[in-house]
Amino acid sequence: MPMDFKEEGQHLSGGCRACLTIPGRIIEISPQNPNSAVVDAFGVRRQIDVTLIQDHRPAPGEWVLIHVGFAMSKISETDAIDHLRTLELLGETPAAAQEICSYDWADDKNAPSVE
Amino acid sequence: MKYVDEFRNPQLIAKSVDEICQLADPQRHYRLMEVCGGHTHAIYRFGLKDLLPSNIELIHGPGCPVCVLPMGRIDDGLTIAAQPGVVFAAFGDVMRVPGTQGSPLERKARGMDIRIIYSPSDAIKLAKLNPDKHVMFFAIGFETTAPSTALTLLRARAEGLRNFSVFCNHVTIIPAIRAILDSPDMRIDGFIGPGHVSTVIGCRPYEWVAANEGKPIVVSGFEPLDLLQSIVMLLRQLRAGESKVENQYKRVVPWEGNRAALSAIAEVFELRPYFEWRGLGFISQSALRLREEYAQWDAERRFDVPGIRVTDPKAAQCGEVLKGVLKPAQCKLFGRECTPENPVGALMVSSEGSCAAYYNYEHRKSALVTSIGIPT
Repeated sequence: MPMDFKEEGQHLSGGCRACLTIPGRIIEISPQNPNSAVVDAFGVRRQIDVTLIQDHRPAPGEWVLIHVGFAMSKISETDAIDHLRTLELLGETPAAAQEICSYDWADDKNAPSVE
Repeated sequence: MKYVDEFRNPQLIAKSVDEICQLADPQRHYRLMEVCGGHTHAIYRFGLKDLLPSNIELIHGPGCPVCVLPMGRIDDGLTIAAQPGVVFAAFGDVMRVPGTQGSPLERKARGMDIRIIYSPSDAIKLAKLNPDKHVMFFAIGFETTAPSTALTLLRARAEGLRNFSVFCNHVTIIPAIRAILDSPDMRIDGFIGPGHVSTVIGCRPYEWVAANEGKPIVVSGFEPLDLLQSIVMLLRQLRAGESKVENQYKRVVPWEGNRAALSAIAEVFELRPYFEWRGLGFISQSALRLREEYAQWDAERRFDVPGIRVTDPKAAQCGEVLKGVLKPAQCKLFGRECTPENPVGALMVSSEGSCAAYYNYEHRKSALVTSIGIPT
């Protein structure tokens, strides 16, 4: 799904963006920037910022909770799956998936244009 | 019923409900406040209050950032956005918050350059893509969101980005809890502490609630079982005459919080002397503003801000609902003039606002109680 700043109608349902956290699995830490990582969430791969996880740096295969594009904490796979289930029960999966899809593409060469 | 059937560990749910019933003194009325809007949404969505004995009342707290944002701040932000060449960028939550001359979404329809973003980083991206414009990020949120704004500002400074600023509305949860406890018309027995905010601030800042105010507080997760177990933990403390901070959400919340996030906040922000909260009024040292070193990226310093103060519509009783003095349905406008489709007050805007949550889910009450077979 391309990032689109223009179509707003579909963004207005679901949970509060300022409260939503989304589990994602780390695929790769950027070789150029250790504070940038590619995650897999809802089957899509996007870039997030992992600056806020300093004490135990995330590694590929580990799960993190993502908030507005920034990893907030590491969680276990079991807790990640439970969290995804909670999002589903809360009716927030569409909003969460939409948010993940809006993040930067893991591969910029294939990213759609923003404007 | 869908939501009950899909609960994880239904046996544990039933066991927790049993324990709550045993712990609750039938001669006593308990008022427990869930501070976080996410918890409010979960409580209504899952129909949890229908599983509780009638003498346990859940009071919905001020932890919904959209709900506590005074209308004047929206008006101030939109006043800046009305200037030529300014782009107003904000999360989708902000778009339907009513201003005196319309919500951001309505103003966008009338030609204002307003963009929905999903991350503060998007605002930087917009600024780079539009070098001839000034992108103002209208930042909202508690300590959960403030670190991401802080890192974005650090990046803007490192990159020397000149056409970007932040209109900062970040608020802090502890002063709001203090204001609630100081309010003469409030009587709270214990708090269900916010989960996501606590990933950043940890549990230690709540210790004064327990020590000085004699109120137990349990930091909780968002699953039905999390919330019920948190209520069990609160009732155990109340029964034993204790007041301490406990962490039910240990799998995510470290006791000491997130040091990197707290450092980023401290680097970029300082406390405002006071800030207005919708429904709670002015609370001292309850919000963040940019430090002097970041003045170049502070929209309130770069632009003339009128400092608009707007009284909520007289008929809307958001303040009383926000403080738990009134139930949502007791507001004169609830479900008539004020609905999620056409919100008059902010509590109806966000899905985590108590009015929107009550409106969307309360009608499921009877079906839930019937299906789980647990008497209230």
